[in-house]
Amino acid sequence: MSRRTLSDAEAQERASEQRSYLWGFALALILTLIPFGVAAFAEWRPLHLYLLIGLCAMVQVVVHFRCFLHITLARNKREDLQLILFTALILLIMVGGTLWILFNLYYRMMPHMLP
Amino acid sequence: MNDSTHWLLGRLDASALPFWDALQHPTTKNVINAVIASGAASMVVLGAIAVVIGLTWTRRWGWLWREWLTSPDHKKIGIMFIALALVMLARAVIEAVLMRLQQAFGLDGGFLTADHFGQLFTTHGTIMVFFMAMPFLTGMINYVMPLQIGTRDLSFPVMNQISLGLTAAGAAVVMISLVLAPFSTGGWTGYPTFTGHAANPGAGVDYWIWAVTLSTLSSTLSGINFAVTIYKRRAPGMSWMRLPLFTWTALCTAILMIFAMPPLTVATALLALDRYLDFHLFTADMGGNMMNYINLFWAFGHPEVYILILPAFGIFSEVFSTFAGKTLYGYKALVIATLAIAVLSFTVWLHHFFTMGQSAHINAVFGIATMLIGIPTGVKIYDWMLTLFRGRIRMSVPMIYASGFLMLFVLGGLTGIVLAVPSVDYQVHNSLFLVAHFHNMLIPGLLFGMLAGTNFWFPKAFGFRLEERWGRRAAYAWIIGFMLAFFPLYALGVLGMPRRTVAFFTPAYLPWTLTALVGATIVLLAMACLVIQLWVSVRDRHLNAMPIGDPWDGRSLEWAVSSPPPEYNFPVIPEVYGRDAFMLEKERGKAYQVPDEFPDIVLPANSPMGVIFAVTGTAMAFGLTWYQWWMVLLAAGITLAAVIARGFCRNTTRTLSGEEVRRTHLTWLAQVRATTPVARSREQSTDNRGLPVPPVEGAIQ
Amino acid sequence: MTALTSRHTDRAGAPARHPGLNLGHAHREGEESREEMVFGFWVFMMSDMILFGLLFGTYVTMLGGTAGGPGPKDLFDMRGAFFETMLLLVSSFTFGMASLALKYRDDRRVLVGWLLVTLLLGLGFVAHELYDFHRMFEAGGVPSRSGFLSAFFSLVPLHGLHVTVACIWLIALLGQLAVHGLDAQTKNGLIRLAILWHFLDIVWIGIFSLVYLGGLA
Ligand code: HEM
Ligand SMILES: [Cu+2]
Repeated sequence: MSRRTLSDAEAQERASEQRSYLWGFALALILTLIPFGVAAFAEWRPLHLYLLIGLCAMVQVVVHFRCFLHITLARNKREDLQLILFTALILLIMVGGTLWILFNLYYRMMPHMLP
Repeated sequence: MNDSTHWLLGRLDASALPFWDALQHPTTKNVINAVIASGAASMVVLGAIAVVIGLTWTRRWGWLWREWLTSPDHKKIGIMFIALALVMLARAVIEAVLMRLQQAFGLDGGFLTADHFGQLFTTHGTIMVFFMAMPFLTGMINYVMPLQIGTRDLSFPVMNQISLGLTAAGAAVVMISLVLAPFSTGGWTGYPTFTGHAANPGAGVDYWIWAVTLSTLSSTLSGINFAVTIYKRRAPGMSWMRLPLFTWTALCTAILMIFAMPPLTVATALLALDRYLDFHLFTADMGGNMMNYINLFWAFGHPEVYILILPAFGIFSEVFSTFAGKTLYGYKALVIATLAIAVLSFTVWLHHFFTMGQSAHINAVFGIATMLIGIPTGVKIYDWMLTLFRGRIRMSVPMIYASGFLMLFVLGGLTGIVLAVPSVDYQVHNSLFLVAHFHNMLIPGLLFGMLAGTNFWFPKAFGFRLEERWGRRAAYAWIIGFMLAFFPLYALGVLGMPRRTVAFFTPAYLPWTLTALVGATIVLLAMACLVIQLWVSVRDRHLNAMPIGDPWDGRSLEWAVSSPPPEYNFPVIPEVYGRDAFMLEKERGKAYQVPDEFPDIVLPANSPMGVIFAVTGTAMAFGLTWYQWWMVLLAAGITLAAVIARGFCRNTTRTLSGEEVRRTHLTWLAQVRATTPVARSREQSTDNRGLPVPPVEGAIQ
Repeated sequence: MTALTSRHTDRAGAPARHPGLNLGHAHREGEESREEMVFGFWVFMMSDMILFGLLFGTYVTMLGGTAGGPGPKDLFDMRGAFFETMLLLVSSFTFGMASLALKYRDDRRVLVGWLLVTLLLGLGFVAHELYDFHRMFEAGGVPSRSGFLSAFFSLVPLHGLHVTVACIWLIALLGQLAVHGLDAQTKNGLIRLAILWHFLDIVWIGIFSLVYLGGLA
């Protein structure tokens, strides 16, 4: 399969997709560097640090979904998005519930397991 | 065990034989137990030998290999799933009767050792859930759903084979554990620390872990397969609100399988890490925490009970509307209720451990969430009743099961609401009240549903009806046997009898346990009726043949094709114009028409992947259980090699010429024209050839 | 394939839509089965996501179970975690480049080049992670030491195992590429592997944030 010349439309599409990957990479890089940098070099209060780490992680997840996995709000891709949202809901229920239940148990019966 | 065979056999030695204990310590009780256990073991061995001899004698090996084991046809895989489920059902029912026998004589002792009793309730529970119920409903969905949505196969036929292979491997492991004992005594829930290495270093728990893990993986794959099929393969015009209700429940079950199996995978995998690699996740010391296991297990366990019940709901919906001769009342409400149940089922798992020690407000939240599920379920019950209302009901065998279900299931649901009150649960948890409750849901719900479905669709699959007289006897025996076997357990529970007890010392329990034994015996009779029914039906198959394929004046697309259906299901993919697609065709006089053209059909080619997974899965589980590492590595290597080799495979389809399809189809259509239609009132007679009288102009269907 | 798959009439003309890079009109062959396969794989990823999510949850509940043994601050090495993060992130990008080379029919050598770079980065990640575990073992951080370490070693190595499997798959696909060329099946394989690869990078975001940074903060 030799390299074929691309039509104009294709060349345009390629450029825009390439941009998407580049943007994704750049954003992900920044969102990685910030928490690592702050954790390594700055003296923040733990709570603030956790919030920053969590926020950056969440945004980075969205960036990966958007730029690398091409999950968008486009109409004909709703099924995939719905699936992600449903998964997120189930995760929230299961993991959130687990943490709620277990930390309550620790608090009442096993204080040594509280970190 | 000497060193020279250690690498070969691991920790397996003569003490794994079921009579070993009795040889070492020949007390009366040990001998009795050894006789029972050896009898069971010899049944497994003799059964296996009989099958091998039978196949060799009739020269059926090639046929078995080509037509069944390597077939990617969803219909054959479905039938194999159900056959597996029925075999496992027989074993688990026999075990149940044995347990009832023990408790009937259990005042101050009984005849079973505590260890033997422990294995009985563990294998009974594990088999009933993972190797009876799951394969049964998976087989049912496998067979019916693609036909209902008008497609030729599931999205991933080879993965479907692998699902079957994995479940079969798990079942095989449980069967092998009868011969090379013991199995776990930790119940179907397998709570640590009892199942941890410190308390239970033997092979039993390991058998349980790997059997369950195999089943879990299988169900995850099946769930993905079903969901993708329903999403991507519906016939043109089959919009969401036109799906038959069984397909809707299949979709919800599939979604539950996809999302609820991972917690169990995590729980059993972590337990295995504890046992094999000295991890401390669920141990009592070194910072382990067994409550994590309980939480994970039930994050799976509660959605699981809806995996079990939803397909049965779907089957009952089809049965009610078909045998009342009416379209389903409140279709939309039923769909919404099914979806609501599926989502809610993820929010209630804590009700299985109200007593673990969390604070009252958490219990209250989960208790209320539990009761909420009663609402959509109640909606369904009313919809079904209103479907029956003013219908011309035919009391066929599926309808008998369905009526039993409607009444008994409501009772079971009520006791569930009772149990959802944490303060009540504190009194009766871990008692036989709970055992009565969940059997009250699982037998009239799941099992009756599956048996109703079997009677309903058997003619579709094999081209002849199941004989009704023995079918009716079986159904009534199931209903009465169930009531006698389990209603006493409510009383026993309230009287304080704990579940999983081998013996008791309160004479007041005795009348109830004896009654329950009578019930269990009737259940055994019901099983016998089922066997006789099958026998009689096969004997009279020509009398009861119905090649046209629509014996009950059915409503959805599976009834539009011949019985048994051709391997490609539909000569051309049907167009769908409304709910109850086939009934609509019949009403408009559009059924049994000749398609304009017959394009070639591409079907998946046979593949040995399912068999490979069955064999390597069994070998891996067995090797892991007995520490035969060479076997584990070998089996894992073969699996990996097979998967990679499959990726290099390019000839994965075969083509059927349209000409051949045309010939088959025209022959069948000629048969349709030559058949005398049968009125609904005569459908249980030998007149029924599978062609109902066309609907009366203008009548409400 | 047409007769095997029933299509919605209303979708007949539309290009296949699925997660990951869509190959578009120039790759019609195998398109219908591709949409189905990729969707199925995506569903499987979601199931896997639940699995990881629960292991994350378990890990958090076991943070206190150090049983007097070493904790995160004694064992984790921020520089190692950062290096592994970079390897994975860059590999995600290079796989993206490989996907583009696939879609726009670049010279085969370009595609294989990007894939090989990705493979090397993946293997580098696995190697460095193994080295990291080795270092932890040396410092007394073995799973049998405590509940906390057990939870760590049931979460992080599982991700590593996934990456290993992805690498094996990539090698197998390179083999298919050599034997069968860039046919529909090889393309389907590459598209799905791309999804797995990006997905594993997302799981890693959770690991470096929650386990490493959270533990060291
Ligand atoms: C066919 C009639 C059946 C009878 C007579 C029966 C009888 C029993 C008995 C005696 C027990 C032990 C109760 C105890 O702990 O003391 C039991 C447990 C159990 N049964 Fe059944 N059963 C039947 C059907 C089923 C079905 C259809 C299912 C599920 C689909 C099922 C699932 C279970 C489970 C999960 C347990 C709990 C096992 C454990 O304690 O770990 N049973 N059954
Ligand atoms: Cu429950």
